[in-house]
Amino acid sequence: MPRYLIRRLGQAVLVVAGVIVLTFAIMRLVPGDPAVAYAGPKATAAELADARRRFGLDDPLPVQLWNYVRDLLGGDWGTSLHTRQPVRDDLFQAFPASLELVGAALIIALVAGIPLGIAAARYKGRLPDLSVRLSSMLAVSVPVFWLALALQTVFASGLGWFPVAGEYDASLDRTSPLHLYTNITAVDALITGNWPILTSTLAHLVLPALVIAAYPAGVVAQMTRAALIEESSRDHARLERALGFGETAVLTRFALRPALNPVLSLIALVFAYSIVNGFLVEAVFNWPGLGRYAADSIRSLDTPAIAGVTLLVAVLYVVANLAVDLLQGVVDPRVRAR
Amino acid sequence: MTAPALTTFRRTPLRHLAGVDRLAVAGGVLLGIVVLAALLAPWIAPYPDDGGSATHPLEALLPPSGAHWFGTDQVGRDVLSRVLFGARTSLLIAVAVLAISGVAGVGLGVVAGYAGGWARDVIMRVTDIFLAFPALLLSLALAVVLQPSVTTVIVAIAVTWWPWYARLTASVAASVATRGFVDSARCLGVPAPLIVLRHVLPNSLTPVLVQLSLDGGGVILTAAALSYLGLGAHEPTSEWGLMVQQGQSLFTTDWWVVTFPGLAILVTAFSFNVLGEGLRARLSR
Repeated sequence: MPRYLIRRLGQAVLVVAGVIVLTFAIMRLVPGDPAVAYAGPKATAAELADARRRFGLDDPLPVQLWNYVRDLLGGDWGTSLHTRQPVRDDLFQAFPASLELVGAALIIALVAGIPLGIAAARYKGRLPDLSVRLSSMLAVSVPVFWLALALQTVFASGLGWFPVAGEYDASLDRTSPLHLYTNITAVDALITGNWPILTSTLAHLVLPALVIAAYPAGVVAQMTRAALIEESSRDHARLERALGFGETAVLTRFALRPALNPVLSLIALVFAYSIVNGFLVEAVFNWPGLGRYAADSIRSLDTPAIAGVTLLVAVLYVVANLAVDLLQGVVDPRVRAR
Repeated sequence: MTAPALTTFRRTPLRHLAGVDRLAVAGGVLLGIVVLAALLAPWIAPYPDDGGSATHPLEALLPPSGAHWFGTDQVGRDVLSRVLFGARTSLLIAVAVLAISGVAGVGLGVVAGYAGGWARDVIMRVTDIFLAFPALLLSLALAVVLQPSVTTVIVAIAVTWWPWYARLTASVAASVATRGFVDSARCLGVPAPLIVLRHVLPNSLTPVLVQLSLDGGGVILTAAALSYLGLGAHEPTSEWGLMVQQGQSLFTTDWWVVTFPGLAILVTAFSFNVLGEGLRARLSR
């Protein structure tokens, strides 16, 4: 195990280093001069030169890269041009909101996708199977921004069942202010017993979380179905049938546990994808997460902020991958040998 | 799925289709319709000029009717015509992205798989780095620094898409390279580039081709998302994601402006996904 651990960690570090270099390269392609964006259109030549010096834009590229890496490792992720705050602080504020949204979505995806996958496998080739396959295909094919707009128009603006936008009713900040511990509103409201904000947050979560859940739910249902069908054709399933267990019992009591292994590792990989998919949904529902921050940054050509978001999500993805591999290495010794 | 015995019994085209999953057939038919719509758009669109910059302010935001099946948009253009022309943009992007990333990915992958050793290690680590960025994220970053256009969308998505094919091809090519006919070619003194081109490459292509058809839907969705964010196609190009973005504030009052382009994205992505799944199921049997 230690050798596998070291090799896998080494790979992850190498990838993160590459991610940093690639992000830097992309950001250096920016056509607009970041110094102009910072100093404003009316800046004098002296102010511009000052801004260029501040951002180190006069240095040769390798020096700039070196400074960039040094600052990143030292915890300085640059200063956002539009919020004028350290990017790290901005990300620290926005990320928990995205995490809350995607976490809720993944819970919905598992709760809906696994039973649907079981039902499809149980009635393979018949109506329930066909309808689950059809709907899961639709779920992975739907453009999220459009689904978000449609649900918002019908269930929020139209029927008024859910709030239209935001994370919770802002007027509650006055009547029952929230104490922050984790920065994840729903969790903080729960552990401090702040029921008004908790119920408001949950009501605001429903629609955007459902939209983000569509893709992972479809993938989970398909994977569960495929894994169950494969698992239920193995010898142990034949033995269980011979012992008199019904088909449903064979699937849910015996085949489900080994079949869920790949499904759960899939969830970790879908996580980063869902965060980025969530960008579009956050824009529609005005959710104060990374997506809205990214959208604002794109609009103002805010290079350090875009670089920060890109880096954060890429590193998250590497970490999620690493976690899956290491967990599988613990569970299944064959993985380590590869 | 019908019994395989039946399919071998009579190999008429219809029998052949019966062995294929019904969903996959539906996907193929749907995709065929979309492709036809794209090819024939200038002739079948009721108002071909509306696919471009024509405006009819007096006919703005008419609801669906006999004259305008999908209604008209905020400047009076026929939505059906724009949806038909939008199929051209979306399919063009999908084909271009899959072609560029397919060629780049397969090329690097086959070299990595055949050569092995440090060449494989270097190429695989580079793909790892690109794969760490979810496709939409890296495209987003790239689309921000390049000027928004259809070309930008193609470049941005292709840059994030090729590593999948490189990985897939490398693993297949590595196993092909150990087969007997490759060894014998090597013993006969066939130069390595020729072995790769003539023997390893053709025998490594099938899984990549299936993957390409599976990925069409993903490319279409990513491209539509970029255009929706204002980083892709712009006026007066007919593009589905852009149409949704331009009409989104009208959704409550004039639902048709947003509904039909969104449905077009859904149907196209769906047909790619279903067809790809069906092909994969058939080839993995």
